[in-house]
Amino acid sequence: MADPTSNQTFIVVGGGQAGGRAVEGIRKAGFDGTVILLAEEERAPYERPPLSKQVLTGEAEPDSAKLREDGWYREHGIDLRLATRAGRIDRARKRMVLADGRELAYDRLLLATGAQPKVPGLPGVELPGVHVLRDVADSLALRDAMRAGARVALVGGGYIGLEVAAAARKLGCDTTVLEAAPSLMRRQVAPELGDWYARLHRDHGADVRLEAEVARLLGSARVAGVELADGSRIDADLVVIGVGIRPNVELAMQAGLDADDGIEVDDQGRTSDPEIFAAGDVTRQPTPYADGKIRLESWQNAQNQALVAGQAMAGATAVRHADLPWFWSDQHGINLQMVGMPTGPVRHVWRGDPAAGPGFTLFYLDDGGRLVGANAVDRPADIAAVRRMIERGVSPDPAQLADPDVSLKKLLKGQA
Amino acid sequence: MADDTLEWHAVTKASELEEQEPEHARIGDTLICVVRLEDGIFAINDVCSHEFAQLSEGFVDGEEIECPLHQATFNLKTGEATAPPADDPVETYPVKIEDDQVYVGFKKQA
Ligand SMILES: Cc1cc2nc3c(=O)[nH]c(=O)nc-3n(C[C@H](O)[C@H](O)[C@H](O)COP(=O)(O)OP(=O)(O)OC[C@H]3O[C@@H](n4cnc5c(N)ncnc54)[C@H](O)[C@@H]3O)c2cc1C
Ligand code: FES
Repeated sequence: MADPTSNQTFIVVGGGQAGGRAVEGIRKAGFDGTVILLAEEERAPYERPPLSKQVLTGEAEPDSAKLREDGWYREHGIDLRLATRAGRIDRARKRMVLADGRELAYDRLLLATGAQPKVPGLPGVELPGVHVLRDVADSLALRDAMRAGARVALVGGGYIGLEVAAAARKLGCDTTVLEAAPSLMRRQVAPELGDWYARLHRDHGADVRLEAEVARLLGSARVAGVELADGSRIDADLVVIGVGIRPNVELAMQAGLDADDGIEVDDQGRTSDPEIFAAGDVTRQPTPYADGKIRLESWQNAQNQALVAGQAMAGATAVRHADLPWFWSDQHGINLQMVGMPTGPVRHVWRGDPAAGPGFTLFYLDDGGRLVGANAVDRPADIAAVRRMIERGVSPDPAQLADPDVSLKKLLKGQA
Repeated sequence: MADDTLEWHAVTKASELEEQEPEHARIGDTLICVVRLEDGIFAINDVCSHEFAQLSEGFVDGEEIECPLHQATFNLKTGEATAPPADDPVETYPVKIEDDQVYVGFKKQA
């Protein structure tokens, strides 16, 4: 056989963004054997960000979020099997056992099983009217329920809860955000910026309650409200839980791969079994920007790490995933971009005046003066220069950083 | 392509274009991004082929421009999409400079 790869079979499990990008990486690296993509959902791979944004408000339909046109899989020789759940990995025999018991032989495997919303063990959480948001079905169910005048309570003031809150206000719902922490989006932004977002949501008519710990959900046949730890009650027709996600590690754990809060991988997406790779929300990977491994839950990672892992699986040796973490969220028409991973004590530098409205950037400098992160509020153009500054380990002059008349691009090049 | 098949539209002054600093222009309904590189001035369609963003608000690095929304990149000379999430190229347009005036050429409507 001229090409030693052409009689091999690669299986990718999970038809999310990472699974879709992984098969692209496999073909990009020149693998010409069989590629099977096992997808539990009934839809071909799509991107999730619009599900809490344009799809939720009805400005876009789910098909607009498709990762690829339907014909792409056939053109690239990808055997896409929808509504097919992988059940178990038999590593000794190199077989993927499907949930229905059928078996598929593999030479290499890639796990892109993603994550699912965490559901806290609150009394009443199983009642009809309690929603989570991860897939298209969730988004459409929520959109259908968010009729004008409906009372919506969001449990969790992270970016998903806040995007839903913005959509709910836009659709004319009576909206309450309940966050247990003292500020919003605690995992992503400084408390001062969280406070700015609390004002934004209040200005748009939402009731934002901080340090609000949910004790239980009320109602008998359907959810009727939320009771907080301090005894206060919020009436609600719908409750949306957005308190984080947990990685779908069961397949990997059962197969004995190193995995706990995520499947452990190297910077090429290789797991503790060199024939098995993983990518996307389900992985824990090394990064030049933090000590130890991290689990990223982002669109950027689902795209770029998966492209690398797919190529490495197909034998590419030069590829590495070491992207600077980057994330965005859109709320009330305002674009927030977050870059970097500030850890430890940081100094804040503001560029532009938050009191004057959107159009400012918050920088994070470490105690050595190095730029380690930034949040740009409706200043997307700042992020490209900032990313490069962080990648290059630049320590910009805080006064220049704060001055909107000093070009960040010139600061990057050291010309300011 | 001979000049007489093109309609030339004045967009900006060459002396006002700083190297690697994109400028935007509008010709009829078409949004254009004009950039001076080391070896000339180039014009591409300003709308990212991924979703909707204006590339002229993006970052120029070498011959490439990066979209401000999801970091797709395009070659300013060929229009080719060089990094995901964009797959499709953006249109490129011929440029000429006369007396410091930068003109962008559109094909004449048949
Ligand atoms: C509502 C929402 C909004 C978001 N907005 C943003 C945003 O604005 N910006 C941003 O950067 N990120 C955003 N994200 C995060 C981003 O979408 C995720 O990080 C990304 O989807 C992760 O992709 P993935 O492929 O790793 O996992 P997933 O998208 O979870 O895909 C995993 C897939 O695997 C399938 N699967 C699991 N187990 C099996 C099995 N055993 N057999 C077969 N199939 C299986 C699942 O059904 C699923 O389809 C958002 C996420 C959500 C849910
Ligand atoms: S709109 Fe340009 S990369 Fe998405």
